[in-house]
Amino acid sequence: MTDVAIVGVGCTGFKTVSPDVSYKELMFEAATRAYQDAGNINPRKDIDAFISVAEDYWEGFSIFDEFVPDQLGAVLRHLFTVSGDSIIGLGTAHMLIKTGHFDVVAVESHGKPSDILTLYDIVSFAMDPVFNRPLGGHPFYLAGLEMNRFLFETGNTKEDCAMVAVKNRENALRNPYAAYGAQIDLDDVFCSNPYFYPMNKFDISQPADGGIVLILASDEVASDLNDCPIWIKGVGWATETPSLESRSFGDAVYAQLSAEMAYREAKITSPSREIDFAEVDDLFSYKELQHMEALRLCDVGEAGQLIAEGVTGIDGDLPINVSGGNLGMGWALEASGMQRLLEVVIQLRGDAGERQLADVEVGLAQSWRGIPTATGGTAVLSNC
Amino acid sequence: MSEKIKHFPGEAVSGRDIRDGKVPCIKHRPNVKYLWSAGVAMSRFIEGMKAGKIIGAKCVKCKRIMVPPRAFCEECFRPIDEYIPVKDTGTINTYSVSYVAGDASRIKEPILVAVIDLDGASKGMGILHILGEISDWKQIKFGMKVKAVWKPANEREGSVTDIKYFKPFKEG
Ligand SMILES: [Zn+2]
Repeated sequence: MTDVAIVGVGCTGFKTVSPDVSYKELMFEAATRAYQDAGNINPRKDIDAFISVAEDYWEGFSIFDEFVPDQLGAVLRHLFTVSGDSIIGLGTAHMLIKTGHFDVVAVESHGKPSDILTLYDIVSFAMDPVFNRPLGGHPFYLAGLEMNRFLFETGNTKEDCAMVAVKNRENALRNPYAAYGAQIDLDDVFCSNPYFYPMNKFDISQPADGGIVLILASDEVASDLNDCPIWIKGVGWATETPSLESRSFGDAVYAQLSAEMAYREAKITSPSREIDFAEVDDLFSYKELQHMEALRLCDVGEAGQLIAEGVTGIDGDLPINVSGGNLGMGWALEASGMQRLLEVVIQLRGDAGERQLADVEVGLAQSWRGIPTATGGTAVLSNC
Repeated sequence: MSEKIKHFPGEAVSGRDIRDGKVPCIKHRPNVKYLWSAGVAMSRFIEGMKAGKIIGAKCVKCKRIMVPPRAFCEECFRPIDEYIPVKDTGTINTYSVSYVAGDASRIKEPILVAVIDLDGASKGMGILHILGEISDWKQIKFGMKVKAVWKPANEREGSVTDIKYFKPFKEG
């Protein structure tokens, strides 16, 4: 069967605000870079299909799909929108190519939260209108509920979570695409305002604007477009129940299921041994630890110990979120998962500059769709 | 449904019953507000409107002059080369007569909507706007010349509504 590779990446951002460009101009810039990176491909004739990952409420348009073609070079071409997470968009493009009908597919995702005046009201609007929304409050209390149960069930600690924030903000200083690089210490996290017990302000990623475009190609053409194609070994996605009353709060079941789907395709049986590094969702600091355990990158209850021992640091045996993660790069709405994919591709190409990891062959990217969802995706990529 | 059936089984429910809460319903008005960055191209357009000019964008590769202006040519997939004003006169490409207002109520004075190919812009490019100073809509013809009627300069705010409407116009 056809193998699929990522042969082009383009990124603009991430910045805390972007008043200089419209969302269309932001997308045009990311797309231009990706096409140039994929052997200077001409989207008007060389790309067979386009997928954008976008959500109407984030954009502020009904049927936002229709506003997408111009800035991607997709006018009068074959395009549709995946309303979901970026890695689900990647999985869709992966399948299109595997059908044998498409050789080159572009996947686009962006976030421009600075255009939204009522960002957290829109998050609230995603909650059940009968059982949950009338209770009011900031919807991120759901992350507090989840963090509390996760720590209770696994024995990981608030300190372990704070270490994630410290590590990822520092990693972001080495990443020019990151909006929130900073040298902070554990005290800074503990002294930051309590937001949703047991979570403090610095445990929470902050909004950022930016866009990413990836170009995928079949094995027949991949090597013509890029000297270093990054192969998609497996992709998975899953959704748990929307019911907050009957959902699993301790473990990230959606991440487990999406990873097992990706591992099956990639023929990975022992992820902690076979995966060299990972970019996992860390919209909240505890999420990095919870996702590591769900992805079987370590045993349940072991993630906190690994970060304390430096195993997940840039010089450790299993580096996690060398890019800075969402805490360091910023919460870019649907593009948050795309950031994870971007870093894995850059690392596997050996193009990561001062944050480059040595001898990496297999990397994992994992995403979560954020509060209040229980949806996520996982992708396993390799340079050989 | 058949007109022969006079009485349907069950209890009739009206829209009022729903509004009055006789049928269990959930009401919610979301608080969704945006403040979009206009960016490079739309900013030029907005500033142009304030100045009483319609701004287009030129691509030297395909030689098109595009209205509304954009930062890139979607045909050639490249940045555009310059922003230039086009004329505020043009010809009617297509039109419709709308007897229904935004809230779906019927209106006595129909709204005359038209797509106008602007002079100075490439073929098939222009502006969607409304027509005025037309007593009987049957006078509207395809290809008819029209001209913008602008609000006074001190009332313009950088919006398509800075043009009140387009009116019939005879050249020369
Ligand atoms: Zn052109």
